[in-house]
Amino acid sequence: MNFKRIVKLGCGALGAAAAVMALSTAAISEGHGGDVKIGMITTLTGGGAGLGIDIRDGFMLAVEQSGKDNIEVFVEDDQRKPEIAVQLADKLIQSEQVDIMTGIVWSNLALAVIPSATAQGKFYISPNAGPTQLAGRGCHENYFNVAWQNDNLHEAAGAYTNSAGLSNTFILAPNYPAGQDALTGFKRMYEGELAGEVYTRLGQTDYAAEIAQIRASGADSVFFFLPGGMGISFLKQYADSGIDLPVVGPAFSFDQGILQAVGAAALGVKNTSQWSKDIDNAANAAFVETFEAKYGRLPSLYASQGFDAANLIISAMGKADITDQDAFRAALLEADFDSVRGDFEFGNNQHPIQDIYVREVIQEGDVFTNKIVSTGLTDHQDIYAAECAL
Amino acid sequence: MSTILLIEQLLNGLQFGVMLFLMAAGLTLIFGVMGLINLAHGSLYMVGAFAAAGVAGLTGSFALALIASLAAAAMFGALIELTVIRRLYKRDHLDQVLATFALILVFSEGTRWAFGSFPLFLNIPDMLSGTVMLPGGIEYSLYRLTIIGIGLLVAAGLFLLISKTRVGMRIRAGENDREMISALGVDISVLYTLVFALGAALAGLSGALVGAIQSVEVGMGEPVLILAFVVIVIGGIGSIKGALAGAILVGVTDTMGRTLLPVIFGSFMDPSAATSVGSALASMLIYILMAGVLVFKPTGLFGEA
Repeated sequence: MNFKRIVKLGCGALGAAAAVMALSTAAISEGHGGDVKIGMITTLTGGGAGLGIDIRDGFMLAVEQSGKDNIEVFVEDDQRKPEIAVQLADKLIQSEQVDIMTGIVWSNLALAVIPSATAQGKFYISPNAGPTQLAGRGCHENYFNVAWQNDNLHEAAGAYTNSAGLSNTFILAPNYPAGQDALTGFKRMYEGELAGEVYTRLGQTDYAAEIAQIRASGADSVFFFLPGGMGISFLKQYADSGIDLPVVGPAFSFDQGILQAVGAAALGVKNTSQWSKDIDNAANAAFVETFEAKYGRLPSLYASQGFDAANLIISAMGKADITDQDAFRAALLEADFDSVRGDFEFGNNQHPIQDIYVREVIQEGDVFTNKIVSTGLTDHQDIYAAECAL
Repeated sequence: MSTILLIEQLLNGLQFGVMLFLMAAGLTLIFGVMGLINLAHGSLYMVGAFAAAGVAGLTGSFALALIASLAAAAMFGALIELTVIRRLYKRDHLDQVLATFALILVFSEGTRWAFGSFPLFLNIPDMLSGTVMLPGGIEYSLYRLTIIGIGLLVAAGLFLLISKTRVGMRIRAGENDREMISALGVDISVLYTLVFALGAALAGLSGALVGAIQSVEVGMGEPVLILAFVVIVIGGIGSIKGALAGAILVGVTDTMGRTLLPVIFGSFMDPSAATSVGSALASMLIYILMAGVLVFKPTGLFGEA
């Protein structure tokens, strides 16, 4: 019987699958003969694809609008797999010799790529992942986060939960660095009791076991951080479970991509975000309008972060040459661009100091989206900045 | 931990198990009869879910959506069998893995091209939404109960098909001795296409049923495919009975592990650390189960030596 061989082949096949996928990713480039080469590693396939595609599209929109023809962007797909992200980073740094890296969605991938990229003298501008490990003692002069430190939105959700008078909440997040940051951030601000605390698998799609625990826990509310397809699955199953406890979450659990797929189940839910499509400033209005015109859908917060990341780089390019690293770094730190979220500045650890809003899920025609109902935290900075030596 | 919660979790495990069975049944049937490793089985699951979401979006009928998922997956199954898979039966397993992996890429890109990269909306029909009260005061999702029912019905149907009908007899004969059955005048290539389409239809049905409570998106099939492989290795490759036993074993182990391990660790650890360690271990549990089964029964629970 060739059984052993089959098991061996099966295992080999899955490994080979990963390797083949890594080789098959194609680089798209925009612009010609650039002075600045940007390597973007992001998630374009699998359960987290919506997030990476939004980041890429937001980023490319800003590059296009800048009219600069000296930016070359290499886009690669990491499939949400750390080992593939590391391979792609090596390829971008060694064979394409990029100057700046960006794009990573997931914190476990960010931790695998960023420290080695910055150690090799590359700039890394994070449009999403902001793991704790890189915000405090692990901060680096070449690492800038233009989105948030991971804890921030969850801290605002914790503060909102207090103000909504909820005091016995059940919290859950995927078991990976950003999930741990999420629950830590929430608990930092939340003052009530915890009815339960659960970590799920990253990429998990069935939440029946967790929902049963929520039902049995006697909680008065649920806080969950489940980005992308995970959030869609959870919300649909929660809506069908007959539990009618209020849910609270960060914007990641209620972004534009999720809301279209869950439909009316999320209406009225409060969530916290540093960005919303109704933030009232000229840059944001133009961004929302041009994004919708170009891609035929509403932008998500991920798209706004991609857009801001590109504009940050473009603003620095106007002030300094990439070959003069010190001048370019100083130009980045000034953050002299019109962020779509309004006021924006970097703290000492090169993470944002910004307002975080409370949004509510609403329906506009047949589109589900968010609108701001209040400001959750004003000029909020992450707690780890104090540990950063910069 | 209350008894009610335990029973509810057992039901959840059973539901997860029968869903895995729908996937694993096709995979094991195709392997048993044709000796083919089909990595593209997860793509057929995705095709079923997308067909269901598309038809439900157009017509608003969940019954039609389920029929569409069966039809679309069977059709694509037959199509790839006729065009690609047929050429692979005599080839090495490595060639099969390579070719069916290519099919995954083709299906994923094709679906992305046709439906876009963002998840589609497919909801539970009103008739099946909400919960029912089971004896003993257990509140349980009607839709999940329906999945359990459909899964068990399909399992019973497959047993009857394989053990009582003429087609089933040929399938069993094909498993035992391919050359002899074709020498006896059975058109083996039609039988192969039929078995492949049947397996594909089951995967499609599973995708549609699960799509209503999860996210319908490109690449949704691959994680399930890995679990389905675990199931058929545990159950014994080629055995439908093994697929059912393996699927329910995996479903219940995974669900109970996710619930119980953090509680067990919580009895002697700090709660935050316990949830973290417990859930990390829970995600390995089915692979530990697989390794354990293989130590004692190297060909799986119902596999033939």
